[in-house]
Amino acid sequence: MSDYLLMLVATALVNNVILIKFLGLCPLMGVSTKMDGALGMGMATTFVLTLAAAASWMLENWLLQPLGLEYLRILSFILVIATVVQFTEMLIRKMSPPLYQLLGIYLPLITTNCAVLGVALLNIQEGYSFMQSLIFGFGSAMGFTLVLVLFAGLRERLAILQVPALYQGAPIAFIVAGLLSVAFMGFAGLA
Amino acid sequence: MFKQALRGGVHPSGFKELSNQEAIKRFPLPDTLYLSLQQHLGAPATPLVKVGDRVRKGQLVAASQGMISAPVHAPTSGRVTALAEHTAPHPSGLPVLVISLEPDGLDEWDDIEPVSDPFARDPQEICTRVGAAGIVGLGGATFPAAVKLGSSLETGVETLILNGGECEPYLTCDDRLMREKADEIIRGACLMQHAVQAKEVIIGIEDNKPEALEKMQAAAAGSGIQVKSVPSRYPMGSEKQLVQQLTGIELPARSRAAASGLVMHNVATARAVAQTIDQGRPLISRIVTLSGQALTHQGNWEVPLGTLASQLINYASGFDCKPARLIMGGPMMGIQLPNLHVPIIKGSSGILALTEEEINPTQPSPCVRCARCVQACPMGLLPLEMAANIRKGDVEAAQELGLSDCVGCGACSYTCPASLPLVHLFNYAKGELANREKEARKMKKTQVLAQRREERVARQAREREELLAARRAAAAKKAAEEAAEDNPS
Amino acid sequence: MLVSILPLAGLGGLLGLLLGVASRVLHVERSNVAVEIEELLPGTQCGQCGNPSCGAAAEACAVGELPPTFCPPGGRAVAEAIANKLGVALDASALCDEGPKLAEINEDLCIGCTRCYKVCPTDAIAGAAKQLHVVFADACTACGKCEDVCPTECIQLVPVTPTLQTWAWSEPTL
Repeated sequence: MSDYLLMLVATALVNNVILIKFLGLCPLMGVSTKMDGALGMGMATTFVLTLAAAASWMLENWLLQPLGLEYLRILSFILVIATVVQFTEMLIRKMSPPLYQLLGIYLPLITTNCAVLGVALLNIQEGYSFMQSLIFGFGSAMGFTLVLVLFAGLRERLAILQVPALYQGAPIAFIVAGLLSVAFMGFAGLA
Repeated sequence: MFKQALRGGVHPSGFKELSNQEAIKRFPLPDTLYLSLQQHLGAPATPLVKVGDRVRKGQLVAASQGMISAPVHAPTSGRVTALAEHTAPHPSGLPVLVISLEPDGLDEWDDIEPVSDPFARDPQEICTRVGAAGIVGLGGATFPAAVKLGSSLETGVETLILNGGECEPYLTCDDRLMREKADEIIRGACLMQHAVQAKEVIIGIEDNKPEALEKMQAAAAGSGIQVKSVPSRYPMGSEKQLVQQLTGIELPARSRAAASGLVMHNVATARAVAQTIDQGRPLISRIVTLSGQALTHQGNWEVPLGTLASQLINYASGFDCKPARLIMGGPMMGIQLPNLHVPIIKGSSGILALTEEEINPTQPSPCVRCARCVQACPMGLLPLEMAANIRKGDVEAAQELGLSDCVGCGACSYTCPASLPLVHLFNYAKGELANREKEARKMKKTQVLAQRREERVARQAREREELLAARRAAAAKKAAEEAAEDNPS
Repeated sequence: MLVSILPLAGLGGLLGLLLGVASRVLHVERSNVAVEIEELLPGTQCGQCGNPSCGAAAEACAVGELPPTFCPPGGRAVAEAIANKLGVALDASALCDEGPKLAEINEDLCIGCTRCYKVCPTDAIAGAAKQLHVVFADACTACGKCEDVCPTECIQLVPVTPTLQTWAWSEPTL
C-alpha cells in the first residue's frame, strides 16, 4: 500500500509530468489564464488520463502482445484516447455547459495532449502492473492539475501587474513557467 | 461585547495651530452674493425669484424639489440681479445655476418665527422645520439633515452621535465653534435628540482639541449628554470609525447607521438646528476655515453663503506667495479648485491655499506592493489590488474586492510611497460602474419601448386590414343586394 | 496482414459503437445562442450594424460572422455581455465609443413632416403634422434613423454634455 502512496507522490511531484518531463505544455500556456478554466481542464485531463492509462494497459496486455501487434501500439492508443476524450466532451457538455464553453477548443485537443499518450507509453515501457499503471496515470494527472492551477493563479496576478512592454503576454508567462519548473526540481530531494 | 480595535488610519500632521488661535470673525457683506442652487446632495433647488425681485434676509429664494433636496434662503436683504450659470465648487469645474444677489446693506430680516417650547411639539414638526430651513450636513457631505432625521425617526434609533472629530488636517471650524458656541451645540443636540426620539446622546471629540473638549463638557454638564474624547487618527470623523470608537458597534458594510439604531450629525449641524428652532433663522451662513501657508493670515470666519472664495481671501488675508494648490474643504477629501471665483456653499468647511512644500508634489512611480495602503485603509480593503485591476481596465474585479465600501478618505493615497493617485483611480472606477449600471438600465428600458412599438405597429396594421376587409365585405353585400333588386325574379 | 487489420477494425468498431451509445444517452439540446444574444440587444431594429434586424444580427454573431462588438447603440456593455456569452475575448479596440449621444432637432429647420417620429424605434420623438417635433432624451438611443429620413437635415446626433449630476471622474493618466 505504501508503495502505491509513494508512487503517487513521486509521479505527482518529483517526476511532475509538465515541469520535469515537459509533457503537455500546450494546455499549460493555453488554458491557464483563469483559475476556473485551469481547474476544469485539470479535472477533465485527470479523467481522461486515468481512464486512458487503464484502457491502454488492457489493450497492450490482452490484445496487442498476445497477437504480436506491438508495432500498432501508437495507432491503437490514439484510437482509445480519442474515444475517451470524445466521451469526456459529451459528459462535460451535459453536466456543465459553462465549463464546456470555457474550455472551448482545448477540450478536444486533450486527444493530442502529449502527456496522455506519453503516460500510456511510459506505462508499457516501465512494465507496470495494472494497478501501478492506474496509480501512475492518476498521479501524473494530479501533478498536471496542480501545476495548471498554480500557474493559473500566477497568471491571474501577472494580468494585473505592470509588466515591461518587452515581456508582456507570453514571454513573462514562459519565464514564470521556467521559474516554477526550477522550484519543482526541489522535489527531487524527496526521492 | 467583544470590542474590536479600529482598522487602519493615518496620522497626518495637523497644521491646526495655524488657524485655531483666534476667535471666529464675521465677514462683512460682499458686493454680490452668488447663491448656488446645488449646495446639497440630491436634486438641485428650483428658483422662486425673478431678476429684479427684492428679497429680505432669510427669505426662501429656491425651493427643494424631490425627496432628497434642500431649499436655499437669502443671506441678506437685497435685489436679485441675475439668474445665470457660474462655476460650481465641484471637482469638474462645471457650471451651476446661481442666483446673484446684490445686498442693499440694510440686512433687513424677513418675517421669521421661532418654535416656542419645541420639546412639547411633535418630533415630526422639528424635522419639518429643519428641512424648511435648508439645513444640510455641515461636515462636508451636505446630506439634507431633515431627511436623515426623518428617516431615523421612522426606523427608530437609540443613540444620537454628534461628530466633533474634525480629523482633516488644517480645518478648525468645528474646533472654534465648539470652543465659542458650546451652549448652542448642546441645545441643538437636545433638539435633535427630541426630533429622533433617541435615548442617549454622545459627542465625540478628537483629543487634539482639549479646549473644545473642556468647553463642551462644561456646557453639557447636567444635560445627560456624554462628551467623550477619542484618539486623533484620520479618518476619525468618518461615520463608521467614530461609531465604532464610541459605541464598539462595527457598522455592517453597505448598511446605514440607522439600521444599527444610530444616527450621526455634525456639531455645526446641531448648532444650525438650534438657531433655526430657537431664533427662526434658516441656514444662511457658515464658518469657514481659511488656512494654508500661502496666505498671510489664517483663521476662521463666519461667512454668508454665496460669498466668493476670492472675496473672502481678498478681505481677510491676501497671499504670501503664489499658492500651488487651492482646495475647498480639507486636504484629504476636499475639492481642488481651478480658481477662487467659486461661491462658498453649505458644505465648504474651509478654503486652503497650500504652498509647494505643503503639497510636496511627486511623480507617481510603479507600485512595489509594499502594502502600506492596506495598513492605512480604515475599511479593511486592499487598495493596491483594486488599483491594479482598475489600471488594467477591470473595474468589476475591483468591485468584487469591495470598491463600493471605499469611503474615499484618501488615507491610502496619503501613505503611498509611490505617490499613486489611488483615490482618483477609485473615484474613476466608481463613476465607471455607475455609468455601466445606467447604461444597462437604459438598455432594459429601450427593449421595452421597442417591443411596445412593435406591438403597436402590428396592431395598427391588423386593424387597418380588418377595416379594409369589413369595407370590402360591406361593398360586396351591397352589390349583391343591388343585384338582387335588379333581378327580382 | 489480416491479423493486424481485423483486431484494429474490431477495436474501432467497438469504440465507435460505445461512442454512439454515449451520444444517445448524453444527448443535449443545443441551446440557441442566437436567441440568447438577441435578448442582450436593444431590440430597436435600428440597422446600424448593417443587418436588417436585431434577430438577423444575433444569428450572424452566433455563427461568428460578426464580432461581439457589432452593436453601436449597445456600446461596451452589450459587447462585453455577448463576448461573455460566446466565451471569446473582447477586442476592445474595435469599439469606437465616442460617448453617449442624443438626437437633437433644430427648431428653425423643422417643418413638421412627421417622418422622423414614424421611424423612431423607441417612440422617442413626439410631434404632429406641421408642428415642431421634440426628442425625449430619456428614450433616445441615438440610433440615427431619424437623422437619415429628415428631409431638411434638421436632426443631428450631438454628444451629451455632462452636468453636475452626471459628471464622473476621468481615468488618471499614469
